[in-house]
Amino acid sequence: MAKYKMHLLVCGGTGCSASASAQIVSNLNEELSKQGLNNDVQVILTGCFGFCEKGPIVKVMPDNTFYTEVKPEDAATIVAEHVIKGRKVTRLLYTDPENKERISDSKHMGFYKKQLRIALRNCGFIDPENIDEYVSNEGYAAIAKVLTEMTAEQVIDEVKRSGLRGRGGGGFPTGLKWEIASKNHADQKYVVCNADEGDPGAFMDRSILEGDPHSVIEAMTINGFAIGATKGLIYIRAEYPLAIHRLQVAIGQAREYGLLGKDIFGSGFDFDIELRYGAGAFVCGEETALIHSMEGLRGEPTFKPPFPAQSGYMQKPTNVNNVETYANIPIIILKGADWFSKIGTEKSKGTKVFALAGQINNVGLIEVPMGITLREVIYEIGGGIKNGRAFKAVQTGGPSGGCLTEKHLDTPIDYDNLIAAGSMMGSGGMVVMDDTSCMVSIAKFYLEFTVEESCGKCTPCRIGNKRLSEILDKITKGNGTMADLEALRNLAAVIKDTALCGLGQTSPNPVLSTLDNFGNEYLEHVRDKKCSAGVCKSLMKYVIDAEHCVGCTACARNCPVNAISGEKKMPHVINTELCIKCGACIERCKFNAISIK
Amino acid sequence: MIKVKLAEDKINKIKEICAFFSNKPGEVINVLHKVQGELGYLPAEVQEVIAKELNMSVATVYGIVTFYSFFTMIPKGEHPISICMGTACYVRGSEKILDEFKRQLNIVVGETTPDGKFSLNCLRCVGACGLAPVVLIGEKVYGRITTDKVKEILAEYN
Repeated sequence: MAKYKMHLLVCGGTGCSASASAQIVSNLNEELSKQGLNNDVQVILTGCFGFCEKGPIVKVMPDNTFYTEVKPEDAATIVAEHVIKGRKVTRLLYTDPENKERISDSKHMGFYKKQLRIALRNCGFIDPENIDEYVSNEGYAAIAKVLTEMTAEQVIDEVKRSGLRGRGGGGFPTGLKWEIASKNHADQKYVVCNADEGDPGAFMDRSILEGDPHSVIEAMTINGFAIGATKGLIYIRAEYPLAIHRLQVAIGQAREYGLLGKDIFGSGFDFDIELRYGAGAFVCGEETALIHSMEGLRGEPTFKPPFPAQSGYMQKPTNVNNVETYANIPIIILKGADWFSKIGTEKSKGTKVFALAGQINNVGLIEVPMGITLREVIYEIGGGIKNGRAFKAVQTGGPSGGCLTEKHLDTPIDYDNLIAAGSMMGSGGMVVMDDTSCMVSIAKFYLEFTVEESCGKCTPCRIGNKRLSEILDKITKGNGTMADLEALRNLAAVIKDTALCGLGQTSPNPVLSTLDNFGNEYLEHVRDKKCSAGVCKSLMKYVIDAEHCVGCTACARNCPVNAISGEKKMPHVINTELCIKCGACIERCKFNAISIK
Repeated sequence: MIKVKLAEDKINKIKEICAFFSNKPGEVINVLHKVQGELGYLPAEVQEVIAKELNMSVATVYGIVTFYSFFTMIPKGEHPISICMGTACYVRGSEKILDEFKRQLNIVVGETTPDGKFSLNCLRCVGACGLAPVVLIGEKVYGRITTDKVKEILAEYN
């Protein structure tokens, strides 16, 4: 990156792309060429910066200026003011929500202060479609070191000593997994990258693949050398077209540079990577199901053992790791296990990437050291709850995880603490909820997901989850009984004990954790037929308060079913028989005269 | 054997795709991806051709098509609408948005409007959680949708 005096980094992640970041790039380029600055300033479309809430993001290097919510028409101002005159465009700078000060250097933003970016080290920093930029940031230096200075045993030992655990959710020690695969001998072995990111509300792997695809390719090659595999496969969701494109470009470039293919670095080691596409089945995140899907079958899991390390893809020893796990590997090799194992807690080393979403001010992608507390994540990095409402729960671990509450806010986050609190790390989705979320409905939402995604192979998951979902539906409709609450617990326990794979065994977690932490809310639905969050439609009624209603007719005009009547300037009334409870009237009322009872 | 409702050129196209993957049964998912990309959907007749080419039973192909949610046997509308039902969108009110689309189009999830213009589906997380709730129409992403914007958005396609 030496020959340019200045770089304009534009976020090309999915969120920012949806807000016209490609247009920003072309406008910036156009402005620069008008000024004859093409050779001095380079515009780069990078991977995700993480701060999706205020996208699209444009970052100016080397001075680290961070512009938020940039519009394509702002390109001219950025070039005229910042690039030419060296004056920062104040109106595009991030405003600190507390002291209302404009912050120009992203290092001083609350969102970034507590973060430590290891897996995301290159995301938002390099052009993911240019291998030279990856190489200039120590890219492919780890594989060079491995192939020229290390033995397979040394590589495995380094990964083992680093304490890295699988980032896909299970938290199995990565080095141990590699060691097992390396000890099973066969004529052909496989290395598989699990990029079938399926948790709703999670987009960590997607961002790594879109922002830094070469790190995954390099890590898979290292993995191949360590276990004696010459073939790598990346199983990626077909719903991620941008990530697929960037991987294809990256694999092509790596082959061209001789970093994939025959005799890499003259070491005699051959390795190549192919892509395999998922087709929308959540269960394929489970490694045995994933392997069946790659073989062209229905993605149904099978009983373990045999583990994939013994008999996996095409019945050959196979090592499956997740994208984020791989993204950590090159830097562990370069900086050493001792460096990595100093970060984090006793049993969970390193960092974890989380997708922060829901009712929180700073939605986005963050990477934090293990051991940070939920409070730090939600209030310091996440900027607190949206619209100043009250925090209610945070859901981690996706459909297999659980909801944590206020009392867990100061628990250090690591694999074991989250399990002890009734949830799990999962792949890293973190959905924050405020007092407008009904926990019974949230449990129902996850169960509906599991029912839809259950492969149907084993009875506890196929039928048990369906029954759980039906009981929850009954409760949200106001027909629940106390016996139903008992039945939920019993059924959940049976499913946990008897389901075949990880999906089934963990699927009752959202129900159990909400029952444990929000038991009162279930009672309220069952006993009082009330939903205080105002979510369960059958349990609520829209009412206009005659004292506050000024008769502006805004509600009546916007009611889609004409359920509101009343004279102009006189209090209006809602006909509850006709009302479909869509909430359009509440959104329109400027006088807070409509409430849910 | 095959009830030829399909035009000859389409059958040839399917055969060509199967041949591209060396007619290997293990490649069936890649074949289905490619064929759906060409034809838009995978009706029974298409599955029969693929099964024959790859030397598999039609039941196996059907089993795969129905297993994966990405594959569809119903033709999508000219402008397929997908409402994101990921958790992030859900807690920011995507269910209300879905209800509004259903009401405006007068169809349920999985259906296509009688004029073939719009089809309505749900999907799980497009990874644009910062813009929640999110709706996709074709390839275009609409973020931070509210119920009153639905009508406006649909009008763009009329």
